[in-house]
Amino acid sequence: MWLQILITLFVVIVLFKLFKQRQADKISLSSFFAWLILWLIMLVVFWQPATASYLANFLGIGRGADLIVYLSVVVIFYLLFKIFVRINKIEKEITKVVREDAIKNVRKE
Amino acid sequence: MKIFVVIPAFNEEKRIAQVLTELSNFSYQVVVVDDSSSDKTSQVASQFQVAVLQHKINRGQGAALRTGTDYAISKAADIIVHFDADGQFLVKEIKKIIEPLEKSEAEIVFGSRFLDIKSDIYFFKKNFILPTARIINFLFFNIKTSDPQNGFRAFLATVAPKITINQDGGAHCSEILAKAFHNKLKWKEVSVTVLYKRFGQSLFASRGRGQSGLQILKDLLFSKLIK
Repeated sequence: MWLQILITLFVVIVLFKLFKQRQADKISLSSFFAWLILWLIMLVVFWQPATASYLANFLGIGRGADLIVYLSVVVIFYLLFKIFVRINKIEKEITKVVREDAIKNVRKE
Repeated sequence: MKIFVVIPAFNEEKRIAQVLTELSNFSYQVVVVDDSSSDKTSQVASQFQVAVLQHKINRGQGAALRTGTDYAISKAADIIVHFDADGQFLVKEIKKIIEPLEKSEAEIVFGSRFLDIKSDIYFFKKNFILPTARIINFLFFNIKTSDPQNGFRAFLATVAPKITINQDGGAHCSEILAKAFHNKLKWKEVSVTVLYKRFGQSLFASRGRGQSGLQILKDLLFSKLIK
């Protein structure tokens, strides 16, 4: 019970931040909904663990907790990959800006 | 023919003066790209008759080479030579490396440590790092040169767009080779001397961004992955 309340509080804080981010237009509508759904699922699973078990059985996985772990790993790896690609792109852009600046401000002799 | 020698430099205040002094005996146009050194590299370079370009943030050797190459092309270069700031290559061998280009025997010429001149490569690098690099180059990029990681090269400005450097770190060596082979450029290898005054590179430690062996490997694999 205590764990569930603690988790709920945590999720509420996260959701509050998420809404604020969306209001300030810092994240896109699609990623806002993706995160919203993710955290709501988290909430449901913590209050009604049976839903996870039901889903797990449906997918042929033994326990609900296992399903959660599998899904988490997939999601985390996906996010990690996305971040990797994003950083790579930002690095390239930084290099481009630095290069343009260097060529523009060339010091002769 | 307008020949540009591009020299990326990162913290080379102690060594670059000698290279530039030797270069001043030739009629090459010299471009030094200071990759945001924390020492006086650009001040030292500015004392010579060379163009000095400065990266405001350290971006790596590959990035610096491309900056210098882009600049050279904007100044209507005919031939671009990639050279090193720390004196590991010999200035007098530039003549040798551009010769096949001037005679239209090749579009790009790579320096090699393994053709005939004996370079003093230290044991671990010669017997472990370079053979590994050669195998990776062959497996992933179908590169068949004798030297997998040589920073001494020259090419015609006309083929520069075909070998655009996107690897900011040390992986540019393999990248240029891969692109040259992929685009079927007319290539040639010329033996060059390499003097290892100190251990410039190792598997883990790196001087400058993305220069260690493992970082190069990571960059290459990653670039394959997200292409």
